[in-house]
Amino acid sequence: MNTPSQASPAPERGGRPQPLLVVRDLKKHFPVRDSGFGGPRKFVHAVDGVNFSVPKGKTLGIVGESGCGKSTTARLVARLMPADAGSLIFDGEGVAEFRGLHLKEFRRKLQMVFQDSFASLNPRLTIAETVAYGPRVHGTPAAKAMQQARELLDRVGLDAANFANRYPHELSGGQRQRVNIARALAYDPQLVILDEAVAALDKSVQAQVLNLLQELKAERGLTYLFISHDLHVVHYLSDYVMVMYLGQVIETGPVERIYGHTAHPYTRALLSAVPSMDPARRTEASPLAGDPPNPINPPSGCRFRDRCPRAHAVCADRAPELAAIHGAPEHFAACHLNDTASGHPDAGQEFSA
Amino acid sequence: MTTPLLTVRDLSVQFHGNRVASALNQVSFELGQDEVLGLLGESGSGKSVTLRTLLRLHPARSTRIQGEIRVGGQDVLALKGRALDLYRGGTVSMVFQEPGLAFDPVYTIGRQITEAIRAHESIDARSAAARALQMLEMVQIPQARRRFDAYPHELSGGMRQRAMIALALACKPKLLLADEPTTALDATVQIQILLLLRELQRETGMSVIFVTHDIGAAVEVADRIAVMYAGRIVEQQPVDRIVHTPRHPYTEGLLAATVGPEHRGQPLRAIPGSPPDLAALPPGCSFAPRCAYVSEQCRRDRPPLLAADDQALACWHPVRGLVEAA
Ligand SMILES: Nc1ncnc2c1ncn2[C@@H]1O[C@H](COP(=O)(O)OP(=O)(O)OP(=O)(O)O)[C@@H](O)[C@H]1O
Ligand SMILES: Nc1ncnc2c1ncn2[C@@H]1O[C@H](COP(=O)(O)OP(=O)(O)OP(=O)(O)O)[C@@H](O)[C@H]1O
Ligand SMILES: [Mg+2]
Ligand SMILES: [Mg+2]
Repeated sequence: MNTPSQASPAPERGGRPQPLLVVRDLKKHFPVRDSGFGGPRKFVHAVDGVNFSVPKGKTLGIVGESGCGKSTTARLVARLMPADAGSLIFDGEGVAEFRGLHLKEFRRKLQMVFQDSFASLNPRLTIAETVAYGPRVHGTPAAKAMQQARELLDRVGLDAANFANRYPHELSGGQRQRVNIARALAYDPQLVILDEAVAALDKSVQAQVLNLLQELKAERGLTYLFISHDLHVVHYLSDYVMVMYLGQVIETGPVERIYGHTAHPYTRALLSAVPSMDPARRTEASPLAGDPPNPINPPSGCRFRDRCPRAHAVCADRAPELAAIHGAPEHFAACHLNDTASGHPDAGQEFSA
Repeated sequence: MTTPLLTVRDLSVQFHGNRVASALNQVSFELGQDEVLGLLGESGSGKSVTLRTLLRLHPARSTRIQGEIRVGGQDVLALKGRALDLYRGGTVSMVFQEPGLAFDPVYTIGRQITEAIRAHESIDARSAAARALQMLEMVQIPQARRRFDAYPHELSGGMRQRAMIALALACKPKLLLADEPTTALDATVQIQILLLLRELQRETGMSVIFVTHDIGAAVEVADRIAVMYAGRIVEQQPVDRIVHTPRHPYTEGLLAATVGPEHRGQPLRAIPGSPPDLAALPPGCSFAPRCAYVSEQCRRDRPPLLAADDQALACWHPVRGLVEAA
């Protein structure tokens, strides 16, 4: 009752680049272990009807509260776990469908860099071997793969002469994360999913890696799905931004719309939580109080309403749909405030474009 | 600052693997009771090694440690057996950079926190479990009672991080070592955790070393900031000054490389070059090969860390000299 199928962002019109990835109505519900006898089986609604598309050669930034389902979305897209529902279209073809894109080919074209740099490296391989591994499996001769690996290590700022023969435990966290990025790039992918991939880097190395990502995007036409908590970095890198809350997309649009004219109270709170960098103006209170609602039993209506400073009766009654913002192409938000017909007394006042 | 809680003197750490890496080179600093030190620095500069050495986590076999560490009068490098166990997690505890390292995947987080408490105090299982739950609530894990019985992989990255903070604080340490505790958290939760750390720190009077790459986060909690480069501390200043008046060229470069809204559409100003090989450190200043202000002297002689008042600096040609501002 509380999840009417959300309106999907409008299909791309002429002139806009073809989407490389289209995700439709993606769902993943994790079963919760039974704590007692009998009773109905419960589920965590980790990803609950997510729709989006990423144009070729563009970067979609994904932001949202810890636990809102960003990583799960990424893993579902990468087919690292089966979805409960939904479909994927990659470069115009259905993935793993009859006559569609073969899963093995898809897995080469889509690479992922994870949050936890240690867990995703093989401790028994030197880092050059790790980076060369993928291309070798896909048929590149060993010597050539090693040569390419050394070049990639140089490009991510790890001097190959110094680092190539080291093992993962001999690196710092930030150094390991760059190995992961080099390894992903070695597959020559079309889409790279970066899940908190630059969070562990110092600001100077982060700047190097962000510059590198931008260069590769220009050179190879790479498309990125960029998940990050660093709102400055998302702003810097993204062409489009998608904001998630409790398993759903609540706002999406061009980066300058989201950062300049957000149409959702959650996004507004999120953006105002960025530290000021000024010791004289330390943050005194969090802009967002309370806990995120229980993902096992999401509240009726709008899932953000319990914590929303502008919630009204209608927000409990009906779930707002992800709808186009008037006068702002490609900008969508799920909030009754944007819809003058919603019955919200403040509708149309502040957030309208 | 009266007698400091922590004194580190000429601490050097070398790893003897296939190659000998000098991860720390004569690091000295002090930390007062109730004080929060932010540790910034290049990836690979030795921040985590500093914390792990303070906690005596490096295997003695392959690690050579020199120098002195004192916590509350105890000679930390001499601790053994039960005293070491009580020190670790009791006197000093740590929030790790990678949550995967703190929790055992086969036990629920509630059980692990409960057992950590029981390892340090004589307390019955039921009260320990009650306190563990209380800790999970204190770090604001939503539905803490349900998460008590969750396995680490069932929590999102951010919640695992909070659970780890709960684990670290469960035995009321005097010194908390936090290795990038908020990197995995979203902005709203990050600020909540920073406020929480600040509050807990004030309430308990514990001292904190807070490692981060996020200067904004350091500014929210730290009293003082130390900047590391290639296994050395190169600069120290109170937080309100370092962001406006960095003295060391490396600190200046780090601040300039930080992404802000004004940078969109242009390449970021990364510091050119890469850090030195710790197995073959240059004789002079380790930053010299990348420094815009470099001179012959820098390549030849290592600049000593000179202290003046509440500041310290190791540089022959600082952006701003120590005396200038004093
Ligand atoms: N394997 C799993 N089993 C059960 N629940 C899970 C599993 N993986 C994730 N969850 C739950 O699904 C929800 C979404 O988790 P996810 O890791 O996708 O969040 P996230 O947005 O990436 O968070 P963060 O920013 O903290 O990394 C959370 O409530 C989490 O506890
Ligand atoms: N067990 C080890 N054996 C050999 N070298 C090591 C070992 N542990 C760390 N190092 C090296 O010591 C240096 C310092 O590592 P450390 O993990 O302290 O860096 P860091 O400052 O925490 O960096 P980051 O910000 O990336 O986490 C690095 O160059 C790393 O490669
Ligand atoms: Mg995640
Ligand atoms: Mg580290």
